[in-house]
Amino acid sequence: MSTKNWPLWEVFVRSKNGLEHRHCGSLHAADEEMALENARDVYTRRSEGVSIWVVESKHITASNPENNGEMFEPAQDKVYRHPTFYDLPDEVKHM
Amino acid sequence: MKNENLYKYILGIADNSLILGQRLGELTGHGPSLETDIACTNISLDLFGQVRSYYQYAAKIAGDNRTEDDIAMLRKEREYVNVLLVEQPNTNFAYTIARQFLFDVYHFLFLTQLEKSKDLTLSAIATKSLKEVSYHQRFSTDWLKRLGDGTAESKEKMQEAIDGLWTYTDELFHQTEADKAMVSEGVGVDVTKLKEAYYEKVEAVLKEATLTVPESKWFQKGGKQGIHTEHLGYLLSDLQYMQRTYPNMEW
Repeated sequence: MSTKNWPLWEVFVRSKNGLEHRHCGSLHAADEEMALENARDVYTRRSEGVSIWVVESKHITASNPENNGEMFEPAQDKVYRHPTFYDLPDEVKHM
Repeated sequence: MKNENLYKYILGIADNSLILGQRLGELTGHGPSLETDIACTNISLDLFGQVRSYYQYAAKIAGDNRTEDDIAMLRKEREYVNVLLVEQPNTNFAYTIARQFLFDVYHFLFLTQLEKSKDLTLSAIATKSLKEVSYHQRFSTDWLKRLGDGTAESKEKMQEAIDGLWTYTDELFHQTEADKAMVSEGVGVDVTKLKEAYYEKVEAVLKEATLTVPESKWFQKGGKQGIHTEHLGYLLSDLQYMQRTYPNMEW
């Protein structure tokens, strides 16, 4: 294996028109064109997709799990931020 | 056999894909990277899928009890009529790519014409295969350019592979008696007419890949008559092992 010099890419696949692209994994490639072709071969060979995005992993800024306390926990006791206090008419579906 | 020429003609198309598919399949778990490994074996599976359609059709034409598996697995070396190019080994990745590229350019031109065949089964197989083969061509062309126009080492290896396989390209445009008979019936493709477009395309890509077009005018032939290079026997012993050891086995 000689891929140690190839950068890592994240792959996003849209499974159907109208749906959003979803992250499905990562792979190695020398550039964006190769990343797209590799993604096609690795992640869509069982007809999983109609569109692919690739982005080099280094361009993704991720939150640090160590900061999860200050980042996410303050939201947990604020139920009033969820619109759960309305009476929905039966006719309204998919809420 | 009533339609012997058609039977032979179908084998002449299908054997190329079977043998090339088997060669690419040898890379399963051995490709230079996980991604290229999967890409090569995907191409292999595309080719095997095409081969099945051809052999099923051939078995029907033969009209006896033979099946697609019998045709694929149980012939002797001299009865395979693939071109010599596709049986050449995976010497290194440059050879794998050069072999693929030199075949893909031909395969695409060939199927584009086969689509117009008066034989509706062959025409339908061609239509289905063309999308797959245009991707194969894209894959091998991209890699040829990458390696040719890459580092000094990759360029040297790519040039060596092209030089080494060039001698097998002319055979793609030879015709057997069965080929000629099928062309005259409007079923077969006149491959002699593809030659100019083939070399034009190949040379354009080689130039783009900053590689030199080989000048040698001496070409190997024989595959279409069943006379093969020493590599085919080993490939067939791999391919046929299960059917020969456990006759009629199925899974």
